[in-house]
Amino acid sequence: MAQKKRIVVKGGTVVNPGAVAPADVAIVDGLVVEVGQGLDGDDVLDATGCHVSSGFVDLHTHLREPGKEEAETIETGSRAAALGGYTAVVAMPNTDPAQDSVMVVEFVREQGRRAGLVDVHPAGCITVGRAGTALAPYASLAAAGVRIFTDDGNGVQDPLLMRRALEYARDLGVTLAQHCEVSRLTEGAVMHEGSCCSAMGVPGWPALAEELMLHRDIELVRLTGAPMHFLHLSTAGSVELVRRAKADGLPVTAEVTPHHLALDHELLAGWDPVFKVNPPLRTRGDIEALKQGVADGTIDAVATDHAPHAAHAKELPLDQAPPGMLGLETALGVLVTAVAPAPERLCELMSWNPARIAGIDDRHGRPVAPGEPANIAVWDTSEVWTVSRHALASRSTNTPYHGMELRGRNRHTIHDGRVVVRDRKALA
Amino acid sequence: MNPPSAHRETRILDADDIRRAVTRISHEIVERNRDAGALVVIGIQTGGVWIAEQIAANISVIEEGRTVALGTVDVSMYRDDISLRPVVPAAPTSVPCDLTGATVVLVDNVLYTGRTVRAALEALNDHGRPRAVQLAVIVDRGHRELPIRPDYVGKNVPTHMADDVTVGPDGVVISTTMEVSAG
Amino acid sequence: MKHLITTAGLDAAEIGNLLDVADHMAEINSRPVPKVPALRGRTVASVFFEDSTRTRLSFETAAKRLSADTMTFSASTSSLNKGESLRDTIETLSAMGVDAFVVRHKSSGVPEAVTQWTDAVVINAGDGWHQHPTQALLDAFTVTRSFGDGNTMQGRHIAIVGDIKHSRVARSCMDVFVKLGARVTAVAPSTLLPAGGLPGGVAVAHGIDDVVGECDVLYMLRMQRERMDSALVPELGEYSARFGLDPARAARLPAHSLVMHPGPMNRGVEMLVDPSHLPGSRILAQVANGVSVRMAVLFSLLGGAAAGLERGDS
Repeated sequence: MAQKKRIVVKGGTVVNPGAVAPADVAIVDGLVVEVGQGLDGDDVLDATGCHVSSGFVDLHTHLREPGKEEAETIETGSRAAALGGYTAVVAMPNTDPAQDSVMVVEFVREQGRRAGLVDVHPAGCITVGRAGTALAPYASLAAAGVRIFTDDGNGVQDPLLMRRALEYARDLGVTLAQHCEVSRLTEGAVMHEGSCCSAMGVPGWPALAEELMLHRDIELVRLTGAPMHFLHLSTAGSVELVRRAKADGLPVTAEVTPHHLALDHELLAGWDPVFKVNPPLRTRGDIEALKQGVADGTIDAVATDHAPHAAHAKELPLDQAPPGMLGLETALGVLVTAVAPAPERLCELMSWNPARIAGIDDRHGRPVAPGEPANIAVWDTSEVWTVSRHALASRSTNTPYHGMELRGRNRHTIHDGRVVVRDRKALA
Repeated sequence: MNPPSAHRETRILDADDIRRAVTRISHEIVERNRDAGALVVIGIQTGGVWIAEQIAANISVIEEGRTVALGTVDVSMYRDDISLRPVVPAAPTSVPCDLTGATVVLVDNVLYTGRTVRAALEALNDHGRPRAVQLAVIVDRGHRELPIRPDYVGKNVPTHMADDVTVGPDGVVISTTMEVSAG
Repeated sequence: MKHLITTAGLDAAEIGNLLDVADHMAEINSRPVPKVPALRGRTVASVFFEDSTRTRLSFETAAKRLSADTMTFSASTSSLNKGESLRDTIETLSAMGVDAFVVRHKSSGVPEAVTQWTDAVVINAGDGWHQHPTQALLDAFTVTRSFGDGNTMQGRHIAIVGDIKHSRVARSCMDVFVKLGARVTAVAPSTLLPAGGLPGGVAVAHGIDDVVGECDVLYMLRMQRERMDSALVPELGEYSARFGLDPARAARLPAHSLVMHPGPMNRGVEMLVDPSHLPGSRILAQVANGVSVRMAVLFSLLGGAAAGLERGDS
């Protein structure tokens, strides 16, 4: 190829920290080369009415490969992510085999490269096989590029083990991320413990089970000084605990999912397992508290907990169906519809903060400025669209938003200087 | 738009006519069943029940000393059109004795297609094997769909199938709804 | 009413209608030949993923007395590979021409799910801890007919004693009894009450002695021994001492009071007295009424308003 192609994103509003202004963006060879007015190029993407920002980063994606390829593959999940405006995802380690060894981690990373739609960053396990009994080899995994470790799907129950994990991780400069759930309090749990679950006659998942472990871990952070990230917080009490921990200056960060900002536990009354998720959908009061936490900065990131499940798995009775729902393609729309954050705050929640927490802020969550890597999302907060489970790129269809009208949608995605989503359509 | 329609009600029997018809039928029953032994009068729920009660009362006056057993039968569980239309059981069946060997007079207000009577005959079977079953009705409006005929009739009344026939102690009314042609 | 999944969709008038139809069925059941042709040619499939011979026989007797054909599918959930073939089972039976499914499953919500996979009528014969609507209807029938109260429970105090939390019977009964106007008290230790609270209108007591002297109906629930395992009650002896019906407590019951139990009874745990020695025991009447009420439910759902043609030929 003799000449490098010049891509121009034209007519949008560029969102950078402290600066939201109309500008065109020119990209050549994987880098932003120019930000200014009236730019032209070989390939022009129309961004009229859109915001242009660093691509989104999902701290919490289940890609299911290896092990459950009937539900999702790294390729189909990457495509769903790109359509949602993501340029990087953190792949959760509850695969089969689990991401507790360099071999599995490198396999996942390589499959991500092969798909070539987003950067796939595997998270490591806190404990071997996510079994909660022995520490995973953090140092060798860190050497293989893993920056964040979690047993997501399980909370680490043993307080001694968790203390050791934090102490050991601190030396390596990596972050541990906790799925807060005291499992003894949630045995057989199907949904939020409240009036609805009592009427339905299913075991409840009390808010306490999350808050108890969160409280324990905040105290362990206080003791060890190691940084810690809290996954998918769902209760008003959790928001308050994180708020106080931050006020005390502790190095903690926290995420919420779009669905915990938008959906409540009463949706389970129709027995549809598509609404079963862990942690469960909570009350209206919890939703309001989470929104408050998103608004005041207590919550650092919105992460999808994208959890595909094959149709036959979600046809099981509610108590036997696996928890989890799709999220990558709807996250922006749900966030804008439920919370409507200002563009800059939206970028903090979806891109800048998650890139920093994931330890990938060398290439993601960067300003849109000359010399920066061209990982860019172009999104429209005014577009109204109706979600159809049949029109999603994911291999599974377990979206709770089927038939729902959302405001806000990603339009183009540029990954590593390449247009991977153009006008809401992904590259083949 | 619905076609214009006219609604007309005609009273063909009044309360006195009804009382006379029931009395006449009672006499005919006594006449015909002089040596019949046990007589059981059974009204079909719900329209035949009050008539059966009057007939039973009349008979015990006409033939002093003769005891006439009185019962009711609900036919909803025996209908041949269950699930073709809403079937709501009216009131429970009450048969006072084993019907084996008895002469049963089945009583209803209107005889029309004959399907209710067919269902009632089947219902009676579950209570024994009567020596004979006779049928008494106040109005026979025709349009039979089964080979059933009454033994005692208050009045034969020609009707259209669309007509509605109402029978009560105070008389018989035919309601006719006709479509009025535009010309 | 297309299905009977939960009592929640029934109002007092609809419950009353079903009880009236059950009166008819009770009359039929009292005949020398307790059988009517009402549901001739209809097929009722009992699909029991959890064993319950009593409930299954009650439904099948009801169907047979209405002349329906019956088929039975019994499977312990374990053999069904964690319920994976639930949908296949229903679709397969549907293809054979089933008019009504009577479904029992250990998981709450399964009968509701079944309605998506068939056009047939679905009747819940007990799902998880969720609902057992025909049990509540037969209990309402038993109480109202015993007292001659028509279709109301107004002014009656019904104490439901035992493991409310894990009881589908209690959930259905509380709903129906409250709707019919009864004053309902749930009598249990807090560990055996639902964590999210009881339905509106239900009071709580923490010992059988609080209610035994003044209730019109003492409704005893089965206490399962498995509950000891998960720290819900310390030991059966202590449970019996606080919540069991023993001779001394039976003697304190008002003379007109009824004693009921959905069965199977746990003698020596919640029942420390032989119910056949209690004049107020309605436990066998409940079983008999079960057939009448299930006939009423089957007839109302299968014989009822399918096409809506008008009434009134003769």
